[in-house]
Amino acid sequence: MNIDLYGFGPALVAGTLMTVKLALSALCLGLVLGLLGALAKTSPYKPLQWLGGFYSTLVRGVPELLWVLLIYFGTVSLMNRLGEALNIPGLELNAFAAGVIALGLCFGAYATEVFRGAILAIPKGHREAGLALGLSKGRIFSRLILPQMWRIALPGLGNLFMILMKDTALVSVIGLEEIMRHSQIAVTVSKQPFTFYMVAAVIYLGLTVLAMTGMYFMEKRAARGFARPNQ
Amino acid sequence: MNWEVIIKWLPRLAQGATLTLELVTIAVIAGLILAIPLGIARSSRHWYVRALPFGYIFFFRGTPLLVQLFLVYYGLAQFDAVRNSAFWPYLRDPFWCTVLTMTLHTAAYIAEILRGALQAIPRGEIEAARALGMSRAKALFYIMLPRAARIGLPAYSNEVILMLKASALASTVTLLELTGMARTIIARTYLPVEIFFAAGLFYLVISFLLVQAFKQLERWLRVDACQGR
Repeated sequence: MNIDLYGFGPALVAGTLMTVKLALSALCLGLVLGLLGALAKTSPYKPLQWLGGFYSTLVRGVPELLWVLLIYFGTVSLMNRLGEALNIPGLELNAFAAGVIALGLCFGAYATEVFRGAILAIPKGHREAGLALGLSKGRIFSRLILPQMWRIALPGLGNLFMILMKDTALVSVIGLEEIMRHSQIAVTVSKQPFTFYMVAAVIYLGLTVLAMTGMYFMEKRAARGFARPNQ
Repeated sequence: MNWEVIIKWLPRLAQGATLTLELVTIAVIAGLILAIPLGIARSSRHWYVRALPFGYIFFFRGTPLLVQLFLVYYGLAQFDAVRNSAFWPYLRDPFWCTVLTMTLHTAAYIAEILRGALQAIPRGEIEAARALGMSRAKALFYIMLPRAARIGLPAYSNEVILMLKASALASTVTLLELTGMARTIIARTYLPVEIFFAAGLFYLVISFLLVQAFKQLERWLRVDACQGR
């Protein structure tokens, strides 16, 4: 195989940076959505529970690609109307924003379940101890529940992030210039599809390994002070 | 929401849904068959037996399905040897390329599920089988695999749902499955919200039915009865 990138090396590096940016932005949105979803699902109010359940079931039941397409193409008329109302002509969602929203939405739906499991895994006595100390509900959550949830939720979130990183490839379908899109452009010029898609695959593998290493250290840090039962 | 348009195009979407189901069914069954030797080899005690399935699983789980699909559909044509081979009529066809890629992809995930299940079998049960005079192969086929099937079934049902959603990628190599059909209809009607909404409903209904079917299968295989170890 001829490993000659035909001068597309810098473009692929730029694509990799775009992929990382997209993944991290979607991660931020997804974590917020997941936390809100989990809070809704574990709240004592029935309508909130339904809302959280509806969100996670609906989003998880529909393919990620469909969300990407729906948010990119489906919001055009909506954004037009919004643009008219705000007096900004030609207002539209660009591919990056659509990608972040779609992938964040999907990540959030799965993260809802991860966070919910983590909330339920925290002994009830901790919350009651907080109540007995006279802490407010918000404070109990931010000072007692959230720091403990993190350790339990981290492995699940790590898996989800790995999935998210691979799903960023889907955003190439709406034309965002990340790894896949740059590879496609390189293929049309060089007529070497296997070479360039293999290079893309290797870049994704590298990113996965990087994320796995990061997760290993974060899990190790989060688990300090906890004895491992099976070692 | 323009309901008339949705109802008008429902038959075409249903046609796309059958292709989606076809892709998923072939992929998850062929993937399972391929995953059994892979999973067994992956949980071997010898490193040289483990190495090959490890590399395979690492590659297919570490790269996006879209990259794998493009590698097979567009990439293989780069080699004259492939173009001149007897498989070319199949490897040129988007349907067979998608089926092949999805099978290879899901096999890696199922092999990992199978490995986890094989390792979760209580040691005493395998020792009991060996103590009764069963050979290694016999213990594997009569004790370990049926046991692993029950342990791994819930994870396998998750994988089937994930493959249902992954099949949407087939639309990027011109296949007219549910998503591809929706995109074609939108190109004609310019109504993305309505048509994608209808396609999404199809996916929801299919995944709901799959979940129910697997619940029945779990009851039939008495998965819950095996959980008390």
